[in-house]
Amino acid sequence: MYKEGENETKISSGCAIAGVFSEVGEMISGGIITEAMRTMRERSNGLGGGFAGYGIYPQYKDYYAFHVFYSDKESKKACEDYLDEKFEIINLSKIPVRKNPHVTDEPLIWRYFVMPDHNLLRDSQLDEREYVARCVIKINNEIKGAYVFSSGKNMGCFKGVGYPEDIGDYFKLEEYSGYGWTAHGRYPTNTPGWWGGAHPFSLLDLSVVHNGEISSYDANRRFIEMFGYKCTLLTDTEVITYALDFLVRKKGLTMSEAAAVIAAPFWTTIENMSDERRDVCNYLRKEFPSLLMTGPFSILVGWNGGMMALNDRLKLRSMVTARNGSRAYFASEECAIRKMDENSVDFFAPRGGEPIIVTLKGEKSNPPITNLNCFAEGDI
Amino acid sequence: MSYVYADYEIKRDLTRCTTCGICVKQCFNGVHSLIETEKGVRLVSDESKCVNCHRCVSLCPSRALKIVRSDLFFRENDNWKDSVIKEIYKQAESGGVLLSSMGCPEEYPVYFDKILINASQVTNPSIDPLREPMETKVTLGKRNHEIQRDKNGHIVCNTSPRLNLELPIMFSAMSYGSISYNAHKSLALAATELGICYNTGEGGLNKDFFKYGKNTIVQVASGRFGVYKDYLEAGAAIEIKMGQGAKPGIGGHLPGAKITEDVSMTRMIPVGTDAISPAPHHDIYSIEDLKQLVFALKEATEYKKPIIVKVAAVHNIAAVASGIARSGADIIAIDGFRGGTGAAPTRIRDNVGIPIELALASVDSRLREEGIRENVSLVAGGSIRSSADVVKAIALGADAVYIGTAALVALGCHLCRNCQSGKCNWGIATQIPELVGRLEPETGSKRLVNLLTAWDHEIKEFMGGMGINSIEALKGNRLMLRGVGLNEKELAILGIKHAGE
Repeated sequence: MYKEGENETKISSGCAIAGVFSEVGEMISGGIITEAMRTMRERSNGLGGGFAGYGIYPQYKDYYAFHVFYSDKESKKACEDYLDEKFEIINLSKIPVRKNPHVTDEPLIWRYFVMPDHNLLRDSQLDEREYVARCVIKINNEIKGAYVFSSGKNMGCFKGVGYPEDIGDYFKLEEYSGYGWTAHGRYPTNTPGWWGGAHPFSLLDLSVVHNGEISSYDANRRFIEMFGYKCTLLTDTEVITYALDFLVRKKGLTMSEAAAVIAAPFWTTIENMSDERRDVCNYLRKEFPSLLMTGPFSILVGWNGGMMALNDRLKLRSMVTARNGSRAYFASEECAIRKMDENSVDFFAPRGGEPIIVTLKGEKSNPPITNLNCFAEGDI
Repeated sequence: MSYVYADYEIKRDLTRCTTCGICVKQCFNGVHSLIETEKGVRLVSDESKCVNCHRCVSLCPSRALKIVRSDLFFRENDNWKDSVIKEIYKQAESGGVLLSSMGCPEEYPVYFDKILINASQVTNPSIDPLREPMETKVTLGKRNHEIQRDKNGHIVCNTSPRLNLELPIMFSAMSYGSISYNAHKSLALAATELGICYNTGEGGLNKDFFKYGKNTIVQVASGRFGVYKDYLEAGAAIEIKMGQGAKPGIGGHLPGAKITEDVSMTRMIPVGTDAISPAPHHDIYSIEDLKQLVFALKEATEYKKPIIVKVAAVHNIAAVASGIARSGADIIAIDGFRGGTGAAPTRIRDNVGIPIELALASVDSRLREEGIRENVSLVAGGSIRSSADVVKAIALGADAVYIGTAALVALGCHLCRNCQSGKCNWGIATQIPELVGRLEPETGSKRLVNLLTAWDHEIKEFMGGMGINSIEALKGNRLMLRGVGLNEKELAILGIKHAGE
């Protein structure tokens, strides 16, 4: 399997993204988001599509759900041996798929529900999530032909090479339901056509779909690699995911604070803020300058209990949001939102660098979101 | 009798010369003189004294003067070049160490000139700096990333001491003594107007300049000249000078002739005595000793000022920097072998040290491999000549750069490389009042502000082209660089790809 990043060439891409989130935890069928993506076919080129669903595995919600691509049986055996050693495997199966004439050359696709081995976890002196994250990074870097593309609890990514609506059909997304979905259609300028290269990119329950190309890539990559991450795919999405994981999971920032790092307000904007906000934005910008991301991007970030939409600070990519009651919608284009819900209202284009965050009501979200709207003035 | 013949010839166009005598007054080396002949007054030149500083050429009102390279030559020899033969004559005559000034002029590779910068096309929009905000402000210092919150969950916004700069460029250390009062004042005024810093060098801080303190870096060097509590507290940061790119491993020597009354007061040494900076700091014979000095200075200034450690780029610079990054220093300044000097032994200047580009890339990579890059900011110096060099240095991994020679050239320096004589006709590297007066601080400052304003515009154009609107996103962004005509090893050290890859 020829991978993204293997020829050491960075791949840039334009894209389409969409998302839906129910703040009261209503179950939404994955079929809706598949149909939304169909309206934005023009923004993809058939070289990658994918989805992330949250709340889709309630029966296994306490276990990490690993979705894994294998290039062959040998890589499957090697990976399963490793999983057997490091984890207790509660359930394993092929991920059910439906043959689609536009989706070909698929790898072996397996799903495992796992818990870290109790003794190994204790001996490692690591936090459970860090233990799982390190194992995932190790498999992806060291077991040739195996690629864990989803590793969170009660959530799952589904992705492949093809148009997103065909990928959604292939994975039978209409049979899953969750309180939050994100989706991505890819328009890479060059790609080896490896399934792992499609979006979302995820680590644990944090997933990112991304439209754009960050010009700060190598500055961000070289910074984040100091902290145990390895950017093997040479895609922007990978580095954004790791940056958010670092800021939120490891450093304890809220998502909105993390947004003020990666899409930091301009110094002149900071100067004109109220005292408390100014101090915090100044502090974050001076403390994490190497995670500032420039160049065009619009991203949707999903995690257990929440979702964030964020644009680059100049708003160089389109992104609209809308709402219908407790449901929030996000998309590159308004048509995708109208396709999901023709009664949606309050259409709004967030400003550059303005995070729009939605969370499950009444539930302690993970990662914790405190001081939620510290930076978002135009929350939907 | 000297066997050394003059390097230059003075060409005087007698059809233009009005024998006004300005050249006589302007040349403090005594090249020009008026003589009375039977046919009247006439100007003659003694080219053996000429240093080719262009002062007479620039000020001749009738543009009658030109200095050309002498075409007198030794028999051609690619091994025993003219300069080699002349230096042997000089040493045979004097028995002394050869002295030179300013940076190494020899023909070593200039890596900046073999690196090209990227720009956006199609997939990513370039940004027009005239229409969109474009940020070049930087803050230097340690970043520990430890988020602390108060009982209400709000972030406690305490950072370690920082140096805030409106531009990623500072004026590097040049002492009062090696350069003139007016040159220092020009630098201080310009740094204040630009929102950056200049550096006292090891010559102390003249009492008149304490008012520019927040734009001043005060230096503590091996001679400890002019160091006392008020001095340490006056600056925005304190720099420990361990080495200098032009003369790594060598101390300094300011001749007694330059220790005038005012320089003596500033340096706190008697008038007319030689000011000798030892080669090492005699209280720093190892890395743990450096740590003690770093913390002694922090204690003295109540942990409010960032501490810079300046080192010359030498062979094991990556290991040296790694040690410094663990010593409590906030900023490491690396000075490449092309860096300038007011006087250095020629052989040292031309044969010791390594290029800043390789040193910087190697230090940045090493600190990242060891996970300690955030312990310090990196400042690169040692021949940053243009905004392009600044952009390349930052993309290689520098947080900011130091410029010394470029600043002096802006003030009028013509790089004649004779600072050691103390007779700088441009009023920069001299303490002779008549010469010092030739550099007017307000004019000098204006020229420095112009230079860096122009560079800032150019840096923003480069950044906009790359689709980057903040200098932080350029730092260490080596994917924005490509090498041309470099071998695999050079590319590997620089951490960049070859053009076309």
